Amino acid sequence: MHLPRPRGPLSQAVVDRLRTGPEATLPEQVQAPDQPLSDSDFQLALWVLYELSYRGFDDLADGEDAEWAPDVLAFRALLEEVFEAELRALVEPRTPDSSEDIVEAILEICEGDEDARSMASYLQRDATVEQFTEYLVAKSVYHLKESDPQSFVIPRLSPAVKAALVELQYDEYGDGRPERVHQAIFARALESMDLDATYGAYVDRAPGPVLAENNAMSLFALHRRLRGASMGHLAAFESTSSVPCRFVAMGIRRLELPEEVAAYYDEHVEADSIHEQVALRDICARLVAEEPGLADGVLLGATACIVLEERATAAILDAWESGASVLLPDPVGEAA
Amino acid sequence: MIPEATGGDVEITVTPGGPALVRGADVIRDEDGNPHRTQRPRVAVCMCGMSRIKPWCDSTHKFIPSSGSGNSSSGSGNSDKG
Repeated sequence: MHLPRPRGPLSQAVVDRLRTGPEATLPEQVQAPDQPLSDSDFQLALWVLYELSYRGFDDLADGEDAEWAPDVLAFRALLEEVFEAELRALVEPRTPDSSEDIVEAILEICEGDEDARSMASYLQRDATVEQFTEYLVAKSVYHLKESDPQSFVIPRLSPAVKAALVELQYDEYGDGRPERVHQAIFARALESMDLDATYGAYVDRAPGPVLAENNAMSLFALHRRLRGASMGHLAAFESTSSVPCRFVAMGIRRLELPEEVAAYYDEHVEADSIHEQVALRDICARLVAEEPGLADGVLLGATACIVLEERATAAILDAWESGASVLLPDPVGEAA
Repeated sequence: MIPEATGGDVEITVTPGGPALVRGADVIRDEDGNPHRTQRPRVAVCMCGMSRIKPWCDSTHKFIPSSGSGNSSSGSGNSDKG
């Protein structure tokens, strides 16, 4: 994968630094954008910095050393400070009615905003083939690295909790069969739609709110102190997946899209009915029982998952309802 | 629902208002005796009787009002696999 096209001053500074080397100095301060959680430039800058810890890029001046370059990490920390503060501000204060039970508390968060629109219902009933294609393209940024963030957390957990997380991840990673890795199932869905299934192929097209969902997972997973948030995010994610995936699969069959596309969502109807229970009860409940101080982090992660998904959904549906594309223009299709 | 395994122990955990989690089974036989093979380390078996992919759970239990047996699963979802 090559470094993406910059979208503003922050991502420009990051891409210049990574492509040129340390002589392209990064700013020592960051002017936070008005809406960091949806800001396309801010989120792309952070996404690029995080990607150094996953598969990286082919056009890095420092090669793979860029991941741990002090100036790069210092700049990432500036962005993360802004990003984490924004995510923490999403968390609703606990009330006397709030459940003390961590499983109940996560499930309360999963109920979400009652006014929030449902992407799954729209895809089930209303989406066109073009809109479905846009949805797959936008979501490919995550699904092609699905479950990878949470794997960073494994060594930070006790035996009881890591056994549960690894059991879940083993299923995400295909139960020992490469062709059943969820990332691979999604890649086949893309290919069946004549879309590019190359890792990171559509980063340039992904809007800010979608990148923010990806970045929250990386923030939580790459910092040991946020291991509770990573697991809370996972539990909320898995708990809001099975039923919506069934609706999405119905939309795919309504539109008579290839069965390879439906297969990805069918798999999640079944798998996430398991993973939800494992993530809630064996991971989060055990984690908080062992380390009660992580409860707030678990709720932070769950909240970030639900709210960022609601906002990404709103951004996508707003674009579609105004007759626009939610994707950024294809850089290949533009005159240089 | 009868789990079968070729070796080792099978562990079954009944979740409040949700499926039975079965670890270590190779085959689940449904009520008609039909075998359903799995290669997952753990499966969720429908306990509410309403799943459309029986014997597996598809989270349909979330639409069934709680009978008050502890924490019923909710959050059926305004988000999706994202």
